[in-house]
Amino acid sequence: MTKLTNLTLAEARDGLKSGDFSAVELTQAHVDAMAANTDLNAFITETPELALEQAKASDEKIKSGDAGAMEGLPIGMKDLFCTKDVRTTAASRILDNFIPPYESTVSANLKKAGAVMVGKTNLDEFAMGSANITSAFGSVKNPWGANVGKDLVPGGSSGGSAAAVAGELCLAATGTDTGGSIRQPASFSGIVGLKPTYGRCSRWGIVAFASSLDQAGPMTKTVRDSAIMLQSMAGYDVHDSTSARVDLPNFEAALSGDIKGLKIGIPQEYKVDGMPQEIVDLWKKGEDMLKDAGAEIVSVSLPHTKYALATYYIVAPAEASSNLARYDGVRYGHRAEGDLDSLDDLYMKTRAQGFGEEVQRRIMIGTYVLSAGYYDAYYAKAQKIRTLIAQDFEKAYEQCDVILTPTCPSEAFGIGENEDDPVKMYLNDVFTVPTSLAGLPGISVPAGLSEGGLPLGLQLIGRPFDEETVLRTADVLEKAAAFSAKPKMLEA
Amino acid sequence: MSSLDKDTVKNIAFLSRIEVADEKLEPLAQDLTKILDWVEQLSEVDTDGVEPMTSVAAQSLHWRKDEVTSGDQPDLVLNNAPDQDDHCYLVPKVVE
Repeated sequence: MTKLTNLTLAEARDGLKSGDFSAVELTQAHVDAMAANTDLNAFITETPELALEQAKASDEKIKSGDAGAMEGLPIGMKDLFCTKDVRTTAASRILDNFIPPYESTVSANLKKAGAVMVGKTNLDEFAMGSANITSAFGSVKNPWGANVGKDLVPGGSSGGSAAAVAGELCLAATGTDTGGSIRQPASFSGIVGLKPTYGRCSRWGIVAFASSLDQAGPMTKTVRDSAIMLQSMAGYDVHDSTSARVDLPNFEAALSGDIKGLKIGIPQEYKVDGMPQEIVDLWKKGEDMLKDAGAEIVSVSLPHTKYALATYYIVAPAEASSNLARYDGVRYGHRAEGDLDSLDDLYMKTRAQGFGEEVQRRIMIGTYVLSAGYYDAYYAKAQKIRTLIAQDFEKAYEQCDVILTPTCPSEAFGIGENEDDPVKMYLNDVFTVPTSLAGLPGISVPAGLSEGGLPLGLQLIGRPFDEETVLRTADVLEKAAAFSAKPKMLEA
Repeated sequence: MSSLDKDTVKNIAFLSRIEVADEKLEPLAQDLTKILDWVEQLSEVDTDGVEPMTSVAAQSLHWRKDEVTSGDQPDLVLNNAPDQDDHCYLVPKVVE
């Protein structure tokens, strides 16, 4: 019999239905894997007892015939989703004792569908980072590290979720993406990561980073699994005024395998100077695979691409500085103790102690670009360029149906590398940020190995609320790429 | 254009309500200047007549009835307070 931790969501769903194994057995296998691999530091809070309790309830439901779409399937929950009565930290010291009295809509939807939560996964503090090295609970290790004999970052900010799925500690996990925080770690860890259209999933109960960009999505082993999981996460929510009142299609049914006549756009501006040859080659390979499947390749132009990253690093910190103003030591979270001579003093000491360096830096950048005298020069200017970036995509979609790009400019790098220079670190997000600014759906699919033997992803970007075409194309790309390499830790 | 000095950083830190030790002001000023220099490239984009994006989702906000849907849960609301008494948040005494 195959190992239960090797299964995809779809396979496990079918196995549970046909009674090959129970939800308790499936969950126990993952709880054991989680316990055996704590060195990855993929979880901030493990919830094995809760998971086994949920699994037991799932077995009852499966027996009585009222199983949900994710019934009995063990998943990880990024520790940015508020979970009722389970500690939720956002990987920050300022929230290290926070027990939410409520449940986020996305995690509630998954719970309702029967999913079993094995734990809360690690992330960059307040989701700010591309390497998962800013967590107050320590860095996450990429399961692929052993393949090259050094500690690698899993990407970020959803690095714990990516490591947990790639290391097979859970079948799938939730992520959130603000500038690439689902797609980049998926690429670094050899898994599939989908950022849905802004508004597809409710943001209610997700600890806010940059509200006009944040969007929850699935991180899974396969494209089909992403379709299955998104189905249970998405939907309109009265609690989030930006959640979209649009029909929820059947995402799994969209995987027809047929992309004949589909127009695939290749944006010329993504061919950046100094891009490693292996990334260029992989991109070309992806193009050829889609062409072989009957799609038509067209060249498109996204002229404002080079300004996207700088735009993002004004918009996101501006919104973060406002969102994070609520952490003041009065109503919840960490509070500074000792001699305090004013309320400002309480706030300032609390926030200096509670926030890590990167979060402090971004709050200050945000405060500066929103401050009197600089608002128009920075924030208003950035919001105008954001309009131009979104218009670029609108024009491109007059010529094509879906856009193909690399997910990242590199493979996973070593823990400790690139840390000295914030700007260099931000460049990781160069291919994912424009999609986020325009609110579009994007997916990263593992498409090959680097010369060094590490996974590399390709990204597909779609029209607003056209996750169906994105998933359908990604499914074809995935089958053609036939990526089957695994981290060495799974070979035993 | 935007080289930040120590005093400016000190003021930003105060506006952000984050205490920054004096010896950290200079390195932080350099860090922030580096980031601002980098975003300076945006000034080359012609944005005359471009509307700033205020919402990425092309939809208008929905109305709902103005009614209480939850409430009357003071214990739950105060559960995570660092300090509380009689259903009120407590802060340290700061007035003599």
